[in-house]
Amino acid sequence: MITMEHVCKSYRIAKRNAGFAEACKALFHREHEIIHALNDVSFTIHDGEMVGYIGPNGAGKSSTIKILSGILTPDSGTVLVDGRVPYKNRIDHVREIGVVFGQRSQLWWDVPVIDSFALLKDIYSISDICYRQSLEELTELLNLSELLRSPARQLSLGQRMRCEIAASLLHRPRILFLDEPTIGLDAVSKLAVRDFILRQNQTHKTTVILTTHDMQDIESLTSRILLIGKGQILLDGSLDDIRTGNKSIDATVAELYRTYNI
Amino acid sequence: MKKYLSFFQLRFAMGLQYRTAALAGIITQFAWGGMQVMMYRAFYHTDAAAFPMTLSATASYIWLQQAFLAFFAVWMMENEIFDSIVNGNIAYELCRPVSIYNMWAARSIASRLARAVLRCFPILIVAAFIPQPYGIGTPASLLHFLLFVLSLILGLAVTVTFCLLIYVLAFFTISPQGLRMVFTSCVEFFSGAVIPLPFFPDKIRSIMDLLPFASMQNTALRIYSASIGTDEIRRAIGLQVFWLVVLTAAGKLLCRLAEKRIIVQGG
Repeated sequence: MITMEHVCKSYRIAKRNAGFAEACKALFHREHEIIHALNDVSFTIHDGEMVGYIGPNGAGKSSTIKILSGILTPDSGTVLVDGRVPYKNRIDHVREIGVVFGQRSQLWWDVPVIDSFALLKDIYSISDICYRQSLEELTELLNLSELLRSPARQLSLGQRMRCEIAASLLHRPRILFLDEPTIGLDAVSKLAVRDFILRQNQTHKTTVILTTHDMQDIESLTSRILLIGKGQILLDGSLDDIRTGNKSIDATVAELYRTYNI
Repeated sequence: MKKYLSFFQLRFAMGLQYRTAALAGIITQFAWGGMQVMMYRAFYHTDAAAFPMTLSATASYIWLQQAFLAFFAVWMMENEIFDSIVNGNIAYELCRPVSIYNMWAARSIASRLARAVLRCFPILIVAAFIPQPYGIGTPASLLHFLLFVLSLILGLAVTVTFCLLIYVLAFFTISPQGLRMVFTSCVEFFSGAVIPLPFFPDKIRSIMDLLPFASMQNTALRIYSASIGTDEIRRAIGLQVFWLVVLTAAGKLLCRLAEKRIIVQGG
């Protein structure tokens, strides 16, 4: 179970106007702006749930994921994931979770994918039997058999993303955080990834939290959505709650953003 | 422990695959070592008595320094670590059940060891065949040789923990450029990489000997040819251990502090 209560996180950002004169001025006097990435965010997610976390760019989605995965420390508020405080016991916490950042890579660039996997096996202390089972299952479901022996740098984005997802699941985490996992994927890979996430949730009862801008992802995967804007949770409900008439999902969400003025 | 060991293995294997780089390095180091030996030869010809070390001890110092360059060159830092801090890929490392400090330590030791293993033997072998006093001499005694090996390992550890401190500091400065520039030039000068420390004036040297930089290559290279007294050896090795402990503690402490206030750059 994941609970966040009254969580706040702000960043201090240096700002200046364009131009040389402004740059000189900034040498002596720098203006800072405090951005409230998260402003009193509270929610609860139960075991085995699949939740879509949506909101416009800069709404605080990634900050939430990073706090939940123990990377960032919130300014205030309490966070509990299965009874652990992620940022206090980072090492114990991350053993139980899997994270995929769609725009970053966790595979070692110069070595074959299978070497990265073998290293992850040691890092998470996965037993031989478990590792073999996980690897077999993931290879089959994500269609990796052709890719495992090539170095990560020579894979295409979609191929790499499938390997990234497999890498995050080798240790069978109970909770999976996906930060834009389908970014830049072609239709086939997208469907494969979605299908896989769905199955993972059904067969292993993995809790999945997914941020994305692709509303089809949300539509096909999640029953519950959390809408965040300007650092606040604006809506917690199902897709059907917000849909009016026969509008497409993209139009529905765009209208939602407009109503909340975010 | 096993996870750091297998990470070490992976990095070590990766380091061994850059054969062309190693060949280029060997050639550079021969040229550099040869040049330095010739330079010192000219100085010694003028007045050999004016120098604190014999020419053959200085030549041994130079060749050992070239052979184990990868152990002690602070400028050979892991760019990937700086990159991961600058572009935010550190996020993934923090998602793993490992201490990033220990992970980075395993990685630095592995790549330095791999580089040195590829390069040291050709240099040592060829330098052993260069006629005296311009080649590498035999160690002063078996005890000196054993102490040399011990001090070499300690020196590597001090160098690595020093580099780790710089990596950790990069969390606080956003860009690592300035840190690298300041620290690498300090280390080059104060560690005896440019001129062996005995060649400095006594007053300055008495301070330089105490700095952590003197605990990097200086101790080991001087023990080999016994250009350092027995009492001094004991003190110098003790100092190496002291700096190793201090630098590790400082690095770990700062690392914990950095983890608390981390900001992942680039979204």
